[in-house]
Amino acid sequence: MFGAGGGTSSYEEVEHTDLIVLWGSNARETHPIFFHHVLRGIRNGARLIVVDPRRTSSAAWADLWLGIDVGSDIALANAVGREIIVNGLHNETFIERATTGFEAYRDSVMEWTLERAERVTGVPAAAIRELAHAYARADRAILCWTLGITEHHNAVDNVLALINLGLLCGHVGRYGSGLNPLRGQNNVQGGGDMGAIPNKLPGFQDIERDAEARARFEAAWGVPIRPRYGWNITQMFEAMERGELTALYVIGENPAVSEADAGRIKRLLASRETLIVQDIFMTKTAEMAHVVLPAAVAAVESEGTVTNSERRVQRVRKALDPPGNARDDIWIIAQLAKRLGFDWGEVTPRSAWDELRSLSPMHRGMTYERLEELGGIQWPCPSEDHPGTKFLHARLWEEDPARRGPAAPFSVTPFEPPVDELTEEFPLRLTTGRRLDSYNTGVQTSRYRSPLRLGGAIEVSPEDAERLGLREGEVVRVSSRRGSVRAPVHIDRGLRPGLVFMTLHHPEEVETNLLTIEATDPKSGTAEFKAAAVRIEKLPAGGAAAGGS
Amino acid sequence: MSASPSDVERAAVDAVLGPPGDGDGRVVRGGREVRGRRHLLLPALRALQARAGWVSPGGLAYVSERLGVPPAEAYGVASFYAMLSTRPRPPAVLHLCEDLACRLAGAEELAAELERLHGPEGEDRDGRTWLRSPCLGLCERAPAALAVHAGERPREVACAPLGQTELAAFLAGGDVDGGVGPAPISAPQTADPEGWASLVLLRRVGRVDPGSLDDYRAHGGYEALRTAVALGPQGVIRELKDAKLLGRGGAAFPTGLKWELVAQQPVRPHYVVANADESEPGTFKDRVLMEHDPFALIEALTIAGFTAGAERGYVYLRGEYPHAFEALERAVAAARARGFLGPDVMGAGFAFDIEIRRGAGAYIAGEETALFNSIEGRRAEPRNKPPFPATHGLFGKPTVINNVETLVNVLEVLRVGGPAYAEVGTAESTGTRLFCVSGDVGRPGVYEVPCGTHLAELLTLAGGVRGGGRPKAVLLGGAAGAFVGPEDLELPLSFESAREAGVTLGSGVVMVFGEGADLVDAVLRIAAFFRDESCGQCVPCRVGTVRQEEALRRLASGRTLGTREDELALLADVAQVMRDASICGLGQTAANAVWSAISRLGVFG
Amino acid sequence: MKVPVAPPRRLVEVEIDGRSVRVPEGSTILQACRAEGIETPTICYAENLTPVNVCRVCVVEVEGARALVPACSRTVEPGMKVRTDTERVRRSRRLVLEFLASSVDLSLAPDLHRWQEVYEAHPERFGALMEPAAEGERDGREPGRHVPVEPGTAETVAQPVKIDNDLYVRDYARCVLCYRCVEACGDDAQGTYAIAVAGRGFDARISTEFAVPLPESACVYCGNCIGVCPTGALMFKTEHDLRREGRWDEARQTVTTTVCPYCGVGCNLELHVQDGEIVKVTSPADHDVTSGHLCIKGRFGFTFTRA
Ligand SMILES: Cc1cc2nc3c(=O)[nH]c(=O)nc-3n(C[C@H](O)[C@H](O)[C@H](O)COP(=O)(O)O)c2cc1C
Ligand code: SF4
Ligand code: SF4
Ligand code: SF4
Ligand code: FES
Ligand code: FES
Repeated sequence: MFGAGGGTSSYEEVEHTDLIVLWGSNARETHPIFFHHVLRGIRNGARLIVVDPRRTSSAAWADLWLGIDVGSDIALANAVGREIIVNGLHNETFIERATTGFEAYRDSVMEWTLERAERVTGVPAAAIRELAHAYARADRAILCWTLGITEHHNAVDNVLALINLGLLCGHVGRYGSGLNPLRGQNNVQGGGDMGAIPNKLPGFQDIERDAEARARFEAAWGVPIRPRYGWNITQMFEAMERGELTALYVIGENPAVSEADAGRIKRLLASRETLIVQDIFMTKTAEMAHVVLPAAVAAVESEGTVTNSERRVQRVRKALDPPGNARDDIWIIAQLAKRLGFDWGEVTPRSAWDELRSLSPMHRGMTYERLEELGGIQWPCPSEDHPGTKFLHARLWEEDPARRGPAAPFSVTPFEPPVDELTEEFPLRLTTGRRLDSYNTGVQTSRYRSPLRLGGAIEVSPEDAERLGLREGEVVRVSSRRGSVRAPVHIDRGLRPGLVFMTLHHPEEVETNLLTIEATDPKSGTAEFKAAAVRIEKLPAGGAAAGGS
Repeated sequence: MSASPSDVERAAVDAVLGPPGDGDGRVVRGGREVRGRRHLLLPALRALQARAGWVSPGGLAYVSERLGVPPAEAYGVASFYAMLSTRPRPPAVLHLCEDLACRLAGAEELAAELERLHGPEGEDRDGRTWLRSPCLGLCERAPAALAVHAGERPREVACAPLGQTELAAFLAGGDVDGGVGPAPISAPQTADPEGWASLVLLRRVGRVDPGSLDDYRAHGGYEALRTAVALGPQGVIRELKDAKLLGRGGAAFPTGLKWELVAQQPVRPHYVVANADESEPGTFKDRVLMEHDPFALIEALTIAGFTAGAERGYVYLRGEYPHAFEALERAVAAARARGFLGPDVMGAGFAFDIEIRRGAGAYIAGEETALFNSIEGRRAEPRNKPPFPATHGLFGKPTVINNVETLVNVLEVLRVGGPAYAEVGTAESTGTRLFCVSGDVGRPGVYEVPCGTHLAELLTLAGGVRGGGRPKAVLLGGAAGAFVGPEDLELPLSFESAREAGVTLGSGVVMVFGEGADLVDAVLRIAAFFRDESCGQCVPCRVGTVRQEEALRRLASGRTLGTREDELALLADVAQVMRDASICGLGQTAANAVWSAISRLGVFG
Repeated sequence: MKVPVAPPRRLVEVEIDGRSVRVPEGSTILQACRAEGIETPTICYAENLTPVNVCRVCVVEVEGARALVPACSRTVEPGMKVRTDTERVRRSRRLVLEFLASSVDLSLAPDLHRWQEVYEAHPERFGALMEPAAEGERDGREPGRHVPVEPGTAETVAQPVKIDNDLYVRDYARCVLCYRCVEACGDDAQGTYAIAVAGRGFDARISTEFAVPLPESACVYCGNCIGVCPTGALMFKTEHDLRREGRWDEARQTVTTTVCPYCGVGCNLELHVQDGEIVKVTSPADHDVTSGHLCIKGRFGFTFTRA
């Protein structure tokens, strides 16, 4: 956010804030231990407001739950912004001092009256008003979001719409006030830190714009760096379609299953000239590869660091030897480099880390010894006597403009409905998500015997089940404009009529991504997993088992 | 667990909680608002019990859902109280008292009779059964029972004395109407014009219509509240301090100081609570007051609220007192209708209202902090002190909690003034006290005498030992009290003399054991009582009450481990750890009576 | 940085066993004792849970207090005079240990063995131990009534182990009713409230609603109850099975601290490895992210490394 991409607050602050807003996040199940901090906050007197199409287990703890229509978050956020402004509840001092673009933002949200937002989002005007007033009046407020916000074709605008609210009320840069994306995967944050994103060098240094940083890396690596952004994953697949991308090296990902519109993705993967997969399992993607490099399990079979959602860098350590021929990712990459003519000498996790510290100012103070001693350090940590940073953007509150630094920009965030329209043919809104006991495509979690496991299923509201005459466990056909699967029905009272839910956890049982839409956000490359249009049909009596078809 | 409630269970719960909200599928207001209704848990569980005869999985699941109380916790609460059953129970149950006074009056013979005619305890025959119960607070009319009928028109009736007629009627499938309802016979002094003149706390008992506010006022009712309003909170506290009124609930804490501490707390809201749980075996004085003079308690609690700055008062009433409940409920409604409760009490510009909460069969719920937990919808487990109720009481807020008798004394303090009040009784124990005289005496009942009256005088007043002569022993203060022998009859009944003699007056129990009484049986019963009533929270009491009963049974059966002296040493150890290390007064006193029987009376000698 | 600084904590002077000690205001007597190097036994206390002060093994004598006082929860007050080694204190601690050892299987609670020696506890003096209760019998006991045991035997909580899922077992014959699991499952961490104390007195027990098996309860298998259980009553199924086969051997185990490979919260895991297998997973109680608590994935989702 305004620079380095990371949550601005610490978990600890959630315990000491006055209002927690979970927007498009079922943290109770997707970030269970973060939710422990939320629970402590609640016990300490904080209010919790949850915005989510589903009445989730997080919503069960909420003082107020807003059951929004899938994909209408910007409409809601803009209406909240308007309500705050027209009631004079925005923080004028902060806006004046630390932000830019307020007027344009204000003008852009004025059309979002409560009534209009109610029509678009489905949330009653009174509840929107309550959210707006609660957020604006709180002395401290923390706003968190997860994939419910980011897995949309307009993901970046979704996030910016929420950031606007934080800026409007000055709920950022102070202890107990912040804006936090909760990272879906163990090291998404760490990957970003390390430059595993198309537009940044390690330490969030811009590859195009930061010439000074580029020069530093070039000097250290002895190779020129092209000042050009790379492709995000969606752009990669587009490039494949155009024939520009012929070879693909996949490390620890399973796009054949995890990407939306799986049929198309599989076709593209299968037709590569070279497909190399480095993974700990023989995944669906690995099965299509020309070369498979067996990797060690990070965090269990290898050494290194990971970064969590509060920007805390922590050490991972090896507890087991990897099986058979599996090798550390670092080792594999160094060997590959050697075969390609670059001898890096002996690369260890620690030497790689120390190189990062020499090149990324925000990591400089984090020696392995300090990470050990302090139980992890939150970046930025520019020097070895720096304790790490609990929350970001404190500078925005400085009185001295020089220390305040660049202002934080408001963004104009126009609302666009989900791409996959509901019609008579496809009348149900399918949204996807995760469950507590499972993780992503389930390659890891399907191997332990969870008593909670529900398996692949289509979850429907009691009302829809009744209307369609569906019984619990009955196998039905679910179809979208892209494909069709069979899945057993699970009736969930947390769903309202018109909304159905699936997870991606059990592709071997139900290949959900045959249904999802590939429409992606041009800015982030995330697909619109969260909003597909589907219909459910009963199978003739004695219908076959669940599965793809 | 996904059991669903039956329609009648749903209706019974909805009658307590109100109809469920519609919930439009778009907005749900939950969190704090729902969790804030947890205090309705026990009333809802009681409603299920009364309607269905037990708390079924479906019923519990529905209550859990409505109140946002996790099912395991709701079950933890339901399984804490003896009057709630988490297993199917026949709709008609005769709860037969098996406690001390009733044993003296032949309770075991009745139990044997029931076993012969009906079958073992708990057995379902034609939708009826019988169960043993601890003291029902009807000791003056022993042997006693409580008949409970679950169903569409739930009924609870006290039957005392339980004679062959009532017993036969119950077994025949009829309704037990108790025969002897609440009657002034419980307070014999009131029947005697001469004795009556000296009565203070019992003055209206048997003379006033408990259902009539006007009659209450015709007998001096609500004059004390008027005085309180005139004096103002500080003035009331001054009178109480001048009166040197000490609490009658057992701990003898100065009431004026208690009210003052709460009145001073800056945290709001404040609460006042009347402790009407009266479950100490042998105690029934509060019941008599509430059944016969319910407005007195309501007026006194209103004064407490006015003084301590509370707008809400609770009466926590023992679950086994259906008739007191009816009397209080009627009285509260009448007071509310006439503006003696409500937003502007008596037009005096302050708000106060009262809720009656019924227990469900747990002696420990009378311990003040356990009582708060019980109202809050938790297991009635005592809290560690400090913090004390004056700062962290009901719902964690500053709370005055007093015994019913203590509160009724406040009316007298305000009627005559603190200094005049203090002239009655002894220097340290002022005013009069109610004593619950039961067992082998001529005229059992509640007696009011000035503090300091000798035990022998009291016994004479109560008609002397039944059959004449001297008692073998007298139990003072109940199961948590102590036995004294015939040589102690000159004991003055005051706090200071009791302390000096190493006994306690507790809740005013004076239970007489005549020549023929079986003291070993009484001691074993007391040990069993504590074993049953320990909340189970702390190790010294949870295990200590078991080890104490085991050792006493070994002594009684002659099958000791080692010598008799070894067993007594072991009992002394157990007694000491319970006294020293238990969380609350139950564990701390669980060995008192037992030990006094051994050391003073030479039981097992 | 605008990190709010907590108001400085004053120091309070108290006397412990005749020595004058200064500790920060709000400290417990236990903390003061530990700071002084005075060893104090504890059972129900855990650093990552709110004290419930129910076991009473930590009691000390405070001048002016009628009863003994639990060191784990009582906060110090200026001028407080505490004695930790009087005859009364020793006797209460000994009796608490005897009470527990005579009614609960403490064979997997080595700390309690040591304390029994220190306080010269003789649990056998209460008689021969009762036969274990039949399966489910204790779960059905009703409050306010009991059947006394045969004279000469001592009542216990012995009963069969509950195995109703593949992840962990509940052996309530080892349960000292310390409430720790209830706290971890409820208010102090997980907020699931799958288990609570049911029943009353000696028949009080940890239970789901109507004692249903865990898979029918609200349990989400976070294992946080296992993490805090001091007696081995709650145990990984892996550990239970290895013990049953006689193959559990802590001497052969290594413990490696790492970070959970699942979601982005970044929980610290301690992987306990025996013979190249992860046999159980814990989390450090003093770590800021987890306070020792995990979710099902971190606690149990490790078996994939050897699938
Ligand atoms: C196990 C136990 C049971 C008690 N039961 C009662 C009771 O039924 N009624 C009562 O007034 N006090 C009871 N008490 C005493 C209360 O805790 C408390 O001291 C009393 O309500 C204070 O009122 P007072 O100041 O008017 O005496 C009990 C105490 C213990 C330890
Ligand atoms: S002393 Fe007994 S009743 Fe009191 S808290 Fe302890 S176990 Fe419960
Ligand atoms: S595993 Fe977790 S949810 Fe289940 S009982 Fe234990 S603490 Fe509660
Ligand atoms: S199961 Fe373990 S943690 Fe739970 S109460 Fe028993 S001994 Fe304590
Ligand atoms: S009613 Fe039976 S002993 Fe009191
Ligand atoms: S450790 Fe203090 S009471 Fe248990």
